[in-house]
Amino acid sequence: MTGAILSIRNLTVEIPTRYGILRPVNGVSYDIAAGEILGVVGESGAGKSMAGNAVIGLLTPPAHIASGEIHVGGTRVDQLKGDAMRRLRGKEIGMVFQDPLTSLNPLLRIGDQLTETMLAHLDISRAEADRRAVAALEEVGIPGAAERVGSYPHEFSGGMRQRVVIALALCAEPSLVIADEPTTALDVSVQAQIIALLKRLCRERGTAVMLITHDMGVIAEAADRVAVMYAGKLAELGPVRDVITQPRHPYTYGLMGSTPLASRGKDRLHQIPGAMPRLDALPEGCAFHPRCPKAQDACRRTPEPKMDGRAACFFPMVGEAVA
Amino acid sequence: MLAFIIRRVLQSILVLLVVGAVAFSMFRFVGDPIDNMLGQERTQADIERLRADLGLDQPFPVQYYKFLEGAVQGNFGVSYRQGRPVSDILLERAPATLELAAVSGFLAISIGIALGVFTAIRRNGFAANAIMSVSLIGVSLPTFLIGILLIYLFSVELGWLPSFGRGETVKVGGWSTGFLTESGLKALILPSITLGLYQMTLIMRLVRSEMLEVLRQDYIRFARARGLRDRAVNFRHALKNTLVPVITVTGLQLGSIIAFAIITETVFQWPGVGLLFINAIQFVDIPVMAAYLMLISVMFVGINLIVDLLYFAIDPRLRADRTAAH
Repeated sequence: MTGAILSIRNLTVEIPTRYGILRPVNGVSYDIAAGEILGVVGESGAGKSMAGNAVIGLLTPPAHIASGEIHVGGTRVDQLKGDAMRRLRGKEIGMVFQDPLTSLNPLLRIGDQLTETMLAHLDISRAEADRRAVAALEEVGIPGAAERVGSYPHEFSGGMRQRVVIALALCAEPSLVIADEPTTALDVSVQAQIIALLKRLCRERGTAVMLITHDMGVIAEAADRVAVMYAGKLAELGPVRDVITQPRHPYTYGLMGSTPLASRGKDRLHQIPGAMPRLDALPEGCAFHPRCPKAQDACRRTPEPKMDGRAACFFPMVGEAVA
Repeated sequence: MLAFIIRRVLQSILVLLVVGAVAFSMFRFVGDPIDNMLGQERTQADIERLRADLGLDQPFPVQYYKFLEGAVQGNFGVSYRQGRPVSDILLERAPATLELAAVSGFLAISIGIALGVFTAIRRNGFAANAIMSVSLIGVSLPTFLIGILLIYLFSVELGWLPSFGRGETVKVGGWSTGFLTESGLKALILPSITLGLYQMTLIMRLVRSEMLEVLRQDYIRFARARGLRDRAVNFRHALKNTLVPVITVTGLQLGSIIAFAIITETVFQWPGVGLLFINAIQFVDIPVMAAYLMLISVMFVGINLIVDLLYFAIDPRLRADRTAAH
């Protein structure tokens, strides 16, 4: 697909263990265009963060990319190693982590953390980096940025620190940002601000965003398209409005039904029975069939339903609006 | 900050007073110095007169008070054995011990930190595992045995290095240094390795385990995700975060390098204060023992003060003078 900043094709991540090879990401394909925000949702262990780590080359061994291709800005990156991969991190791919309290080095001034990142990637002078550090903090909405560059992380609140983290992820102007649960560790009141900030900055710069979260509210607010992951595979991929209002995959349907929405009143929330299977004990056929209300014989026997249009399901739901 | 230093100095004085009191109360059990000082042809009257001259007939608190009175003025009394002021003897001997301790400490810290970082970064590599295994020897072998083994290998068998003494020394001001002559430098090698080996392995193992802990932290992952060079991640981000516990232990170990130079000095007949102390014990030379113990205490207290100040320099979270803004 031309024009895509990030293009993942049949990506498989494997972890060899004593009991066999686990595939936390299994044959996943998607694209993100410039300026587009792709929400990646799924339960814990669905492989959404693992895919993000694979893109930026930070899989923790023994996890590794076993097959598939990753292209960033037209360049194939999944086979890059060492210094070539390092140059890409920060410069082409920025990353925002979940917990702003632990992702900043407590012993370094935030200004120094910003300038060292810029100096590692951009051909600019120290003075220019200092100037840009202040500008970067101003841009993420830190009041008194000129004074605060000399502050240490512990002198900021959680929300402010996540703003600093976003400034750090964006300071070398990457074309792709992977935001791994950027709001999960924050107060609810701050979450919306951080999402709005991320959205605004990426729109302005035309940055592609992979927004990894388990919070459908965040997805609904920020994402343009949604990729729903289940047990390492894509369950559904489509424009956010369609996926939320008219899910095709029964898993997405269940996920939407279990999200509290003000419009839905005070009815009991729906829950999906059971739990996601462990990666070393995946059922035959469709991985979701033991929990699927619509499962039929074909789902139990035929291996791996392929992505067909929007959803990877033998019997996609049509026209069933989320109750 | 200033208030902190003043408080620490006051605490230090208290520590020194207690050390002095404990030391003095123990000297009475070491033996009677009079036995050694007077020859066979002594009368009871001679003994009584000498005891009165030295003030040994007075009760312990009075003796201690007199010692303190002198010590404050820099006068630690006169050595029973050598008949010279103790402060002169210590000043003459201190350079040997301090130079030895400085070289050992430098070796222990620099090599210890370097190997600790190396073994943490390459924790599954062959070289790192080999270093870790060998380091067990450094931790488990007693100092005197290492010294004797080194002497056997390098002095007796290979004949490369001297087995005892300081070599030639040069006087610079009142300080006799072995750094400026070839024989002086050669003579430093074996004793400083002997003295520093234990501390080196200890620092190495500590740095390694702290590094492994820090390398798992989110901010290290984030530093990598920002594409910083490995060197910046490992040293600027990771090593600095391991330093607080490392400095604590290193500070105490530097103190013990000076204090426990006794064994190394004995093995290598190194003319330092440790050897002086051993000889003083044999002769029940109370002024020398007292002054030596006070000297060691002052060093420990001083090193600990420096360690505490280094905490402030390294970790901004400990600096209370800045207030957190939200």
